[in-house]
Amino acid sequence: MESVLQSVQGFMYPNEVELQWGILIVLYPFTTGLVAGAFILASLERVFNVEAVKPTYRLALLTALAFLLVAPLPLQLHLGHPERSLEMYLTPHTESAMAMFGFVYLWYLMVVLVLEIWLDYRKDIVLMWRDSSGPTRWLYGAMALWSDNISPASLALDDRIGRALTVIGIPSAFLLHGYVGFIFGSVKANPWWSTPLMPIVFLFSAIVSGIAAVMLVYMVTAWWRERAFDMGCLDTVARYLFYAFLIDFSLEMLDLIHRIYEADESFRALDFMVHTRLYTSQVLVQILAGTIVPLGMLGLTQLVQMSEKARRRIYAMAGVLTLIGVFAMRWNVVIGGQLFSKSFLGYTSYKMNFATREGLLPAILLLILPFVILAVLIRLLPPWKVQRRGAGVSG
Amino acid sequence: MSGWLKDKGHLARMAGLFAFGITAFLVFRWVMVPPGFGLYGHYRAGALDDARARPLQYAGRAECEGCHTDIVEARQGSRHARIGCEACHGPLIKHAQAPTEIKPTRPDGRVLCVRCHETNPWKPKGFPQVKVADHSDNGPCTACHKAHAPKIS
Repeated sequence: MESVLQSVQGFMYPNEVELQWGILIVLYPFTTGLVAGAFILASLERVFNVEAVKPTYRLALLTALAFLLVAPLPLQLHLGHPERSLEMYLTPHTESAMAMFGFVYLWYLMVVLVLEIWLDYRKDIVLMWRDSSGPTRWLYGAMALWSDNISPASLALDDRIGRALTVIGIPSAFLLHGYVGFIFGSVKANPWWSTPLMPIVFLFSAIVSGIAAVMLVYMVTAWWRERAFDMGCLDTVARYLFYAFLIDFSLEMLDLIHRIYEADESFRALDFMVHTRLYTSQVLVQILAGTIVPLGMLGLTQLVQMSEKARRRIYAMAGVLTLIGVFAMRWNVVIGGQLFSKSFLGYTSYKMNFATREGLLPAILLLILPFVILAVLIRLLPPWKVQRRGAGVSG
Repeated sequence: MSGWLKDKGHLARMAGLFAFGITAFLVFRWVMVPPGFGLYGHYRAGALDDARARPLQYAGRAECEGCHTDIVEARQGSRHARIGCEACHGPLIKHAQAPTEIKPTRPDGRVLCVRCHETNPWKPKGFPQVKVADHSDNGPCTACHKAHAPKIS
């Protein structure tokens, strides 16, 4: 008990000393945020006809799928007994927001992402089916549902349905990530979380992180393939990142100002926490390094004429800092919300283990896994034009 | 493929795949969800019968007090007066049903008392707490305190 109490300062209720939600629960909103953000970037091209971002369209969809496949794993690891998660579908509890997430997830995965990717890639899948042999041929055949009709009329129909799916996908993406913020925002016993702004703030930070992630994935894949960067595309994506970031930053500041002005009974306790235990992760990492610096860098590229090389470097640095900042935001919400006592008279600390079920190691592996899945997806469904035997360039 | 399905064949196949998936799920659900689920609430109604069928373990205070009137008297006005008998002595329905054949074992005060009265900063200030090793020099609590009326007068 003495060792447990060493992490406590002031008065804590017994159930508050040890944190129930650790780094895996930080990872979960971060991952779903990347999904929602990547999808919204993809929808820019599809729905709003922003031609400049076309090179990132398919990459954004595949990135969203790779991260969406990994998104529930932190929860499964945290809860244990993954076999019980099926109960969520078999006996749905309609009054529980957490339980209903299973359906939001399934809808988003199957109806929005998989279907949209299938419709968009169908022509390529059929061509790859025709070109390949052996098990690969069988795989592409199965993916094409053994239908090789790629007539202009059928492809036009695919395009129309795909566009409609993207339109449905935008509110679905908002729902997917707004829901994560909603879960925190509706915990009325916790003043650090309980604000109606939480879903909106989560959503916009999700858009920011998704755009930054796709921008970085695009840069890394172009560099890996030794292809020239499409600077028109990069500039446009970076511009959207800047605008989304501005809105996100304004909303977060609005939340902060509202809390300071309202100054309810929790304010002094939370203010003390931000100035002590959360100072590094919130003030230095999230606000300074993860928001103000990348915003300044992106703003600079909008105001000052720069060489391509300088812009590329700035975009890469701003993208990485943005992702770190958004991760820090998730950390500060999830961990910060459990560091103080409901008595407002005490604070505890988060002790992160390394190679345990909820430790740092599984969190690192879960952050790497989407990139492995993305690499497989890219190999299976190349998002760029590929040379085909006898068919020339396609895609 | 001909007719109006000519350019929609692949979509029909995908729709069929979805229909198959949903049907398979519904069949799986029908097999897996136990009958009576949701009848009274978000649980299996039969669980109530299962719980009712389990043998009783606790006799209840009234049952104890029917025989042990001396203890009832000793507890009157004491700070332990409102604690249930079986909270310390354990479940005793078998003893209540056969008082002479089945005799409960006396609880070990060194284990039982410490469970509540060892110093713990999370307990309310007014609750009697001691560091047992210092307080009694590891002697038995019952050397000074009577379990049913612990105050030393």
